[in-house]
Amino acid sequence: MSTEPGSIAHGSVQPGSVQPGSVEPGSVEHGGIDHGSVFDGLLGGDSSQWAFGTDFEDPLAGVDTTTPDGVDGAELAAYCLMLGDDALIMSQRLSEWCSRAPDLEEDIALANIALDLLGQARLLLARAAAADPGVVPALPEGSPVPPEDALAFFRGDRDFRNVRLAEVPNGDFAHVVVRLLLFSTARLALLERLRAGRDHVLAAVAAKGVKEVAYHRDWSGRWFLTLARGTDESRRRLLAALDALWPLQAELVAPHPLERSLAEAGVGVDPASLREEVDAVLAQVLAVSGVERPDRAPLAGVGGRTGRDGLHTEALSLLLAEMQVVARAHPEGRW
Amino acid sequence: MTPAHPAPGRPHDQPRTDAGHPATGRPHDRAPADAGRRAAEVAGHVRDPEMPMLTLADLGVLRGVDVVRGDSGEEVVVVSITPTYTGCPAMATMRDDLVHRLNDAGFDRVEVRVVLDPPWSSDWISEQGRAALRAAGLSPPGPAARRAGPVPLTLGPPRTAPPCPRCGSPDTRLTSEFGATACKALYRCAGCLEPFEHVKEI
Repeated sequence: MSTEPGSIAHGSVQPGSVQPGSVEPGSVEHGGIDHGSVFDGLLGGDSSQWAFGTDFEDPLAGVDTTTPDGVDGAELAAYCLMLGDDALIMSQRLSEWCSRAPDLEEDIALANIALDLLGQARLLLARAAAADPGVVPALPEGSPVPPEDALAFFRGDRDFRNVRLAEVPNGDFAHVVVRLLLFSTARLALLERLRAGRDHVLAAVAAKGVKEVAYHRDWSGRWFLTLARGTDESRRRLLAALDALWPLQAELVAPHPLERSLAEAGVGVDPASLREEVDAVLAQVLAVSGVERPDRAPLAGVGGRTGRDGLHTEALSLLLAEMQVVARAHPEGRW
Repeated sequence: MTPAHPAPGRPHDQPRTDAGHPATGRPHDRAPADAGRRAAEVAGHVRDPEMPMLTLADLGVLRGVDVVRGDSGEEVVVVSITPTYTGCPAMATMRDDLVHRLNDAGFDRVEVRVVLDPPWSSDWISEQGRAALRAAGLSPPGPAARRAGPVPLTLGPPRTAPPCPRCGSPDTRLTSEFGATACKALYRCAGCLEPFEHVKEI
């Protein structure tokens, strides 16, 4: 970095003080004002590094969010909520691991995975709002809360469409490894197919997501193997976690009528079409780990309704209470 | 006058010549080519907030700079950027930096657009960017995997370990595929015993 400190000083310039055309490219200088502080040079002398943005922006700014032909906006929005809520709730559970993982590297890994999923959730919820503004909860006049935040922080539990696997409380480290393996195996298979969908936003989110979730699946698959082939205690904990979470696996590949309908329209993916691939990947992990596929029945829904219908375990309400409390207390707050 | 970033070559021209990209090559009611060149040059000097040794152009995040005429004939700079990772928390900072720099250079109206497709690839980091990473002690990414069909599960040690960016030793070990930012993995060198960060292939 050969830039001299003080040669660029954004913060000190009043808007409009630079006349159009008066500045040579590559020689931005504003009156030689030298701030001379202890922080000079910390970031290569580039003062723009201190201009950290804090305001929200439209995550889909400039992206064409037209609903594809023959697709109902409300249906598309509900579908985006399903995929977005899976990512959001899973991200929230993973975030609870911050500072609690067995070592620093795994703590950072879990936080990174949570961040990837939060990013996916943000785009998917924004896409839901663009497809049908009617899904966005009403907020007081003048509230600065963007639509995707309103969806995350101002919906009740019955309006969340995530699978129940994402919401059940955390357990030990083996539990988060198993949960993430089951979740990311199904999500990766889904995103791989969604890339070819007719909705450009969903296809683009999926294309990016595939690259990210491939890392998540590898991380959890390696830890599954490590814990299974580790000590008696690590194996005992792994098997207990697998036994506890397996009843929630089937929901990941159980189609909701809406998912079927959007799959038929060429926009979404029928989760039933993922079963073969998901089973093959899980069988591979189980085989190298020397673990039998659990023989546990799927967790029943309420009158056949499950997470995709807004029917959740009580764990979701508690999770939402914590996740939403600050936003709900300050619906007009700026952050 | 001190050149803000005396970068050799014209790396900032890259996004504009990226044939086939949706953000470029469209028939615009173009302002004088000079304004477009100037805007591209200013935008091409803006650095990445998390890896300030790289410009956004070097990183491949800057996908296009166009100057168009607005409704009342004024110059509007339209800048297209793409996130490295979906959750990249630096997008707002990148946008603000681009707007500030272009405002300072006399472009009063700046629009920053998000391009999601095609998704960012570490292959887009320029040669100059790779050299800057190495000079800063970071290991640049190898070629990203190109595959058709399902993503294979990798349960063994992943990929080929990169050489140490400090001592050049090929004897390095992966510590974690997740690092201080979404785009970096952690390695350690068995030669010089130093840890280092590696920009992940995606």
